[in-house]
Amino acid sequence: MIFDYATFKLIWLFLIGFLMIAFAITGGFDLGVGALLPFIGKNDKERRLIINSIGPTWEGNQVWFITAAAAIFAAWPFMYAAIFSSFYFALLIILLALILRPPGFDYRSKISSPGWRQFWDWSLCFSGFVPSVLFGVTFGNLFLGIPFEYDDTFHSYFKGSFLSLLSPFALLTGLLSLSLLLTHASFFLQLKTQHPIQDRAKQTAQIVGLLFLIIFCFTVYWTLYKLPGFQITFIPDINTSFSPLVKQVSMLEGGWIEKFQAYPLAWAAWLAPITVILGIILALVFSSYNFAAIAMVFSSLAITSVIVTAGMILFPFILPSSIQPNHSLTIWDAASSHLTLSWMFWAVVIFLPIVLAYTTWVFRVMRGKLSSETTLKSESY
Amino acid sequence: MIDETLVNLSRLQFGFTAMFHFLFVPLTLGLAFVMAIMESVYVMTGKIIYKDMTRFWGKLFAINFAMGIATGITLEFQFGTNWAYYSHYVGDIFGVPLAIEGLMAFFLESTLVGVFFFGWDRLSKVQHLGVTWLIALGSNLSALWILIANAWMQNPVGTHFNYETMRMELTNLSEVFFNPVAQVKFVHTVASGYVAGTVFVLGISAYYLLKGRDIAFAKRSFAVASGFGLAAILSVIVLGDESGYSIGAVQKVKLAAIESEWETQTPPAAFTVFGIPNDKEQRTDYAIKIPYVLGLIATRSINEPIFGLKDLIKLNESHIRQGLFAYYLLQQLRGGDKSTETVSQFERYKSYLGYGLLLKRYTPDVVDASEEQIKAAALNSVPKSAPLFWTFRIMVGAGLIMLFIFIAAFYYNAKRNVEKQRWLLKLALYSIPLPWVAIECGWFVAEYGRQPWAIGEILPTFLGTSSISSNQVLGSLSGFVLLYTALFMIELYLMFKYAKLGPSSLGTGRYYFEKDKDKKDLQ
Repeated sequence: MIFDYATFKLIWLFLIGFLMIAFAITGGFDLGVGALLPFIGKNDKERRLIINSIGPTWEGNQVWFITAAAAIFAAWPFMYAAIFSSFYFALLIILLALILRPPGFDYRSKISSPGWRQFWDWSLCFSGFVPSVLFGVTFGNLFLGIPFEYDDTFHSYFKGSFLSLLSPFALLTGLLSLSLLLTHASFFLQLKTQHPIQDRAKQTAQIVGLLFLIIFCFTVYWTLYKLPGFQITFIPDINTSFSPLVKQVSMLEGGWIEKFQAYPLAWAAWLAPITVILGIILALVFSSYNFAAIAMVFSSLAITSVIVTAGMILFPFILPSSIQPNHSLTIWDAASSHLTLSWMFWAVVIFLPIVLAYTTWVFRVMRGKLSSETTLKSESY
Repeated sequence: MIDETLVNLSRLQFGFTAMFHFLFVPLTLGLAFVMAIMESVYVMTGKIIYKDMTRFWGKLFAINFAMGIATGITLEFQFGTNWAYYSHYVGDIFGVPLAIEGLMAFFLESTLVGVFFFGWDRLSKVQHLGVTWLIALGSNLSALWILIANAWMQNPVGTHFNYETMRMELTNLSEVFFNPVAQVKFVHTVASGYVAGTVFVLGISAYYLLKGRDIAFAKRSFAVASGFGLAAILSVIVLGDESGYSIGAVQKVKLAAIESEWETQTPPAAFTVFGIPNDKEQRTDYAIKIPYVLGLIATRSINEPIFGLKDLIKLNESHIRQGLFAYYLLQQLRGGDKSTETVSQFERYKSYLGYGLLLKRYTPDVVDASEEQIKAAALNSVPKSAPLFWTFRIMVGAGLIMLFIFIAAFYYNAKRNVEKQRWLLKLALYSIPLPWVAIECGWFVAEYGRQPWAIGEILPTFLGTSSISSNQVLGSLSGFVLLYTALFMIELYLMFKYAKLGPSSLGTGRYYFEKDKDKKDLQ
C-alpha cells in the first residue's frame, strides 16, 4: 500500500468531499431548477423548456449523490449505519423526492391533460425544494451533534425524533443550502434559456443570491461563536485501527471557533468563507451583465467553498454525538480497514477521470440555448 | 431481546422493494442489447426502419428505465436506514462493490442515456451507436457489481472478523471479485434479463402481426428478438445457477431445501420432479423421482454426494456449539483478557462465531444457552423447504415454456411465414409476463433460501436490523406500498398506451395510425 493508514483516512475525507461537491454543483442546479419550475415557467411550453434544460443530463448528475452515499458506505461504514438509521424519516422524505423525479421528467409530457402536467410540475418542485432544504438541515445537525449513542457491540441508538432535527439552527442551514442552490440554478436557467424565462431567472438570482449572503454570514457567526463545539481531548495513534468508543471528546462553548483558529496559518482558514461571499457577489455582478456562464463558474466556486468551510469547522468529526460526545465519529475511527481504503482509492484513481471525461463530453454535446422550435419534439420531455 | 416484529417488517420491506425494483431491471438489461443490435443493423445497412425500431423500443425502454432509477435508490438507502447493523458489520467489504458499481457502471449508463434520447441530431451515426452500446455495457456492468455484492452474502470469501471494531474486514479483494458464486449468478441473471427483453419485443411484435399492421416493422423486430432470445434462454437454462449450489455451506443447504432432500442419498442423487414437502415431519410426501438427475445437474459428477437437510442440521448443531465457545472467547477478549492463549483460541474458533450469533434469538447472552435452545437454533438454521420447492419449480416450468416459444419463433422466422402462425403469435403475446414470473421466483429462491443468514455463516438476518421501532418500519412500508402501487399503475398505463400505438408514436409519418387507410399496406 502506497500510503499509511492515517493518510488514506485523510484522503477519503477529500474524496467523499469531492463527490459531495460534484453533486452539489451539478445535481444542485437540477434540484434548484426543479424547485423554480412552477414559478419561473408560466405556461406549459415554458415549463417544458425548463424541464428540457436539465432533461438530458439530470440522471448522470444524480449519480454523484448515489456514488457519494455508496462511498460513505464503503469508506465510513460506522457513519453510514448511524446517520441513515438516525435520520430515518428525513431520509425517507428525501427518497420520496428522488423517487418522484424520474417519472416527473419522463412521464409528465407523455399525457397531455393539464391536470396531469400540473401534478408533475408540483412534484418536480417538491422534489427539488425538499432535498435542497434537508441536505442543509442534515449538515446543520452535524454542528449541533446528533443525539445518538452506541452499545458495546456497536448497535447505534438514536434518542431524538424527526422533529427534533428541525431546530432553528438546522432550519437556518436548510434555508442556506436552499437559497444557494436556487441562486446557482437561476444562473443555469439564465444560461440555457431565452427571453422571457431568462429575464425571470436573472431577477430571481439577484433576490435569492442576496438572501443567501445574509443567511451565510449569520450562520457562520452563529456556528463559530454561539454553538458549543466538539474537541478531541484524547485519541490513540491515528495510524492504527481502533474502536470509536476509545477516544475522549469534550463539548464546550466556543469550541468550533477555537478549533477553527487553531489551523496553521489561522488567517488562511478564513479564506474559505470569504471565497463564498466574494464568489456569490461576483456571480451576481456577472449575471446582471448577462455573463451567465461566468456567473455559474463563480457560484460553483462558492458552493465548493461552503462545503470546504463546513468541513474545516467540523474536522476531524464527521458525526458528533450530543448525548455521548465520546461516541462521536471522526475520520480516524469511523473508517474502513486499511486494505479497503487502499483498494477503493485505486478504483477512484482509475474510474473518476473516465467519468469526468464522458460527463464533460455529454455536457458539450448538449450545450447551447434551448428554443421552443428546436427543443420541443417527440423525443423531448 | 430480538424484536421479531421489527425483523419481520424490515425483511418484508426489503423483500417488497427489492422485488419491485427487479420488475424493471431485467427489461433494462435486455432491451438495451436489443436496441444496440437494431441500431447496429441501421448503421451497417442504412435502412431507416431499423432506426425507427431503435427509437420505438427505446421509447418503451425509457418508460421502464425511469422506474428502474426511481426504485433503485431505495435499496441503497435501505441498507443504512433499516439494516444499520448489517451495514456496520460488513460495510468494509459489502460497500466496495456498491461504490465501484456507482463509479464504473451506473455513471456510464445514466450519463449516456440522456444523449441516447436527445442526441440523435447532435451526434454522427457511429457516435450514437457507440452511446447505445455503452449503455448496454453500463447496465450489464452494473448488474455484475451488484451480483458480486449479492454473491458475497451467499458465499462470503476474502474476509475476517476484527474483534476490536466488531465487524468483518476485507482480507482479499480478488477473492470477493472472483467469487465462483458471483460468476454463475452473473451469467444466469443477465441472461434472464435478455430473455425478459426479448420476450417483451417478441410479444408486442406478435400483437402488431396479429392486428395486421406495421408488418415490416413487426417482422424485423420479431426476427431480432427470436434470434437473440433463443440464445438467451439457452444460456439461462444450460448455465442455470443450480451448479453454483455446490459451492459453500449456505448454498448446499439451499439446494437441499429446494429439492426437499431430507436424507443424504448415495450419489448420484435422484431428482424429485413432484412431491409435497412436509417441513413439520421432515419428509417429502408423494415424491416422484428420476434417478441420477439431481447429482448430475448439481455436482456435474456421479460420485459427489448431495447432503440432505437432516444431516446438514446435525452438522450445524455442532457448528453452533463451536460458535457458542467462539462467542465466549470474544467476550473474554472484549473484556480485556488479551492473553496469547485466548487470542489463539479465538483465531481457531472465530469462523463459527456466526453460528454462535444464531443463539441470540433465544438468549441475549449466548453463552448460557440451554440444550433445547441449541437444538432449536440448529433446526432453524435451514430455511423452510416447501416455499423453495414450489417457487423453484414454477421458475423452471416458466423457463421451459419460453424455450419452446423461442424455438418455434426461431423456426418459423427462418421459414419466413411467422405471420401465418397465429397460435404462436397469440402464445408469444400472452407469455409476456412469464419471464417476470420466473425471475421473481428465482430471486425468492436465492434470498429466502439464504435464511436464516443475511451473510452466510457470518451474520444472522435478525441481527442485521437498525435499532429503530417497528412502528417506524410499518410507516415506511405502508408508504412504499402506496407509492409503488400508484407508480406501477401509471407505468403500466403508459406502457400499454405506447405499445398499442406502436411506431406511429414516433411521429415519422411512416406508420399505421399516421396514414390514410388505403396506403397502410404499402410496406
